[in-house]
Amino acid sequence: MSSRIIKYLLKRGIIIFLTVVAAVYITIWIANMGGYVDEIVRGELYLSISQSIRQNPAYRHFNETQIKKLIDSLYTNELERIGFNKPFIYRSFIYLRDALSLNLGRALWISSDSGSRNVRIIILERLPNTVLLFTTTQLILFFIGLFAGLFLSRKYGSIADRLSVLLAPLSSLPGWFYGIFLILIFASFFRILPYGGMVDVPPPEDTWSYALSVLKHMILPVMSWLIAYLFINIYVRRTFFLIFSSEDYVELAKAKGLPESIIQRRYILRPTLPPIITDFSLTLIGSWMGAIITERVFNWPGIGSLFYLASVMFDTPILVGLVVIYAYLLAITVFVLELVYAAVDPRIRVGGR
Amino acid sequence: MLSRMKKFFRQLFFYKSAAIGLGIILILIGISIYTIFALPYDEATRLWRAGEKQWLDNPRNAMPSWLNIFSSKKMPETIILDTNRSQPGASKSIIQVTEKFSKLRIEFSFDYEYDDFPSEMNLFFLSNFTFSSPILTIYWVKPDGKEIVLKTFLISKEDRYYISNDDKLSNELKTYISRKINRTIEYDAPITLLLFAQEDTSILDPNTAKVMKGNYRLWIDGTIFESAVDLNAKLVVYGKVYGLAGTDHLRRDLTIALLWGTPIALSFGVVASVSIALIQMFIGAVCAWFLGGVDTIIQRITEIFMVLPFLPILIMISTFYKFNIWVLLLVVIALTIFGGGVKNYRAMFLQIKEFPYVEAARAYGAENIRIIVYYLIPKVLPTIIPSMVLSVADFVFLEAAMAILGLGDPLAPTWGKIIDDAYTNGALYKGLYYWVLEPSALLAATSLSFAILGFALDKIFNPRLKEM
Repeated sequence: MSSRIIKYLLKRGIIIFLTVVAAVYITIWIANMGGYVDEIVRGELYLSISQSIRQNPAYRHFNETQIKKLIDSLYTNELERIGFNKPFIYRSFIYLRDALSLNLGRALWISSDSGSRNVRIIILERLPNTVLLFTTTQLILFFIGLFAGLFLSRKYGSIADRLSVLLAPLSSLPGWFYGIFLILIFASFFRILPYGGMVDVPPPEDTWSYALSVLKHMILPVMSWLIAYLFINIYVRRTFFLIFSSEDYVELAKAKGLPESIIQRRYILRPTLPPIITDFSLTLIGSWMGAIITERVFNWPGIGSLFYLASVMFDTPILVGLVVIYAYLLAITVFVLELVYAAVDPRIRVGGR
Repeated sequence: MLSRMKKFFRQLFFYKSAAIGLGIILILIGISIYTIFALPYDEATRLWRAGEKQWLDNPRNAMPSWLNIFSSKKMPETIILDTNRSQPGASKSIIQVTEKFSKLRIEFSFDYEYDDFPSEMNLFFLSNFTFSSPILTIYWVKPDGKEIVLKTFLISKEDRYYISNDDKLSNELKTYISRKINRTIEYDAPITLLLFAQEDTSILDPNTAKVMKGNYRLWIDGTIFESAVDLNAKLVVYGKVYGLAGTDHLRRDLTIALLWGTPIALSFGVVASVSIALIQMFIGAVCAWFLGGVDTIIQRITEIFMVLPFLPILIMISTFYKFNIWVLLLVVIALTIFGGGVKNYRAMFLQIKEFPYVEAARAYGAENIRIIVYYLIPKVLPTIIPSMVLSVADFVFLEAAMAILGLGDPLAPTWGKIIDDAYTNGALYKGLYYWVLEPSALLAATSLSFAILGFALDKIFNPRLKEM
């Protein structure tokens, strides 16, 4: 039995890893526009070399052909040094190896606030901002959704339940859209909350007022996501619990006269726990990618706006870095979940169908 | 068939929300059809991208004029007086004095009964002289009879005088009014205010300055140094309200983009959502039916696509290619057909595959593709209609989001484009709320109507969720 589990997990692990490899390789091709970014880089390189040569007084007595020759030879050397003399298809595999070993390299154009071109530093500088905003929001959404859903599934048909059904279509509008309205109301009309950004300009000196300022800037984005996604969350959870609470074994427990709290905990919550945990971990991982449009609307300096900036500037190393980190986190989560379920849940029959 | 349809609609209209949603969708479809016929697409894009010349008679950033109905303070409409058109309030006379010398007199007169000042004021001239420029002096007469010389100048054949940008005039007016009320005007008063305000101490603060209501006159005294020369002038007193929807920072009429945004949003949303659902379903059915190698390959492809971040990749591709909205639609479909939905459909079809009627079809030797298309898909189709309707909203907003990121169709006038324009031009800072609210209201109406219809359909097709 256990050797079968190990064999199964090994097989899943390999498949998940290969999926990550393929996804990262595809990203490398897309982010490089099939090699087009190379030409931009080559052009920039040639320009900067020829400028530095032409402005160097040491070469002033050179004539045009000599200068041209010098530039060309320096350019070829430099290409060789950074490995750009090889065709893109060859280098794409080097990129793949670097990405998979998390050797993220240097950004092409974007630099961090501290002035570094190191991709890892750039990403790590943005990550806390995104985690602060979106992970907080997702946690609030998740737990309110869970408990309100559980509560409403018991009060099926009550006014509160009907209200949750009525309000669920509000979620057909995305968070950033509500964001625009909230900015209009609270920033533009009442002028009590900031339009966007993460902290006042200039940032307050002491830690307390800094934290307070950040908190003030978080209100509108968090609120916009709560309005957009809270009701659908509650609705989905409520329906989910409703379906589970009409299972036969729950009816049986009720018939046996077990107290409500035990039915709740043992007969409804426990069997529904695996999908809830899956949801929870996937939303958590997803929240680390930020939200491109919400971050743009609120001018929030997180991973989402970094993603946008890197996409429009073709800063390939950053794009590949972000995707590879996300892919790894996702893969690890999925794998760990499979591991846990294989060990814990007797209903998940490993290997067979 | 007909009775089944009847029964379905009776069931549907049991939910009032569904009736409302359907009603809004029908109105939007009506607007779309009207737009396509009344304002052809090429004409709309031409107008939208025509630039300053096309729109010079419109006010900049004007609010919709129906706001006047709800406000006690009447905002000014644009007043256009043209000597080339025979209209009351604009008159022109040219009197030949000698062979090489004639006198010109143009007079514009209009009643100004609004509670707010005009936003701008321009004069345009068109003349057909050959060598010597006519010389003009422009006078301004306020309702109280006070006459002010605005400017004396030589004009070219096609000339314009931006009265509201004349700094020299601004200083003169300020000095004159300050002397009259014995106080200095401290703030940077716009010329339109100085020309239209009551000349008392209320003018000292832009918030208390009042319009002097009554009949205004602008007259032009000119001398022409050639014979048989014609000269026409057009006075535009720009208001602060315009039309049904108002104007943007380039004086463009917003109704064009609001109207054309409707068919674009509807077709983008519906085509994307329906085709993605159908293709995903077909792929899921193929997986479930054939299993084995085909299934494994497709499953792995779906997993790869689930790792790839959709929006960043869409952004990258559209930054690179700058394509129009229909290519964007194709790219969106291509990126999503292997999405997570395939797995759900596959699970559904795995169950249906075991049904006896499918077994029977297989037993009499039906072809694979026939079984998939005629036996598997029709069974699942009704259950996915609600989610198909629901996801229309997602794609409508996707198009708007791309426009807000500056990556939409560069030509098409869409709702997202207006929001983007408004946002980048600081509409929220400047309090130009109509600019954001109009496209937003249409976006919200569209997606909410599809959403409430989808929720109602969900209750009909998946009766397990039906409320008591």
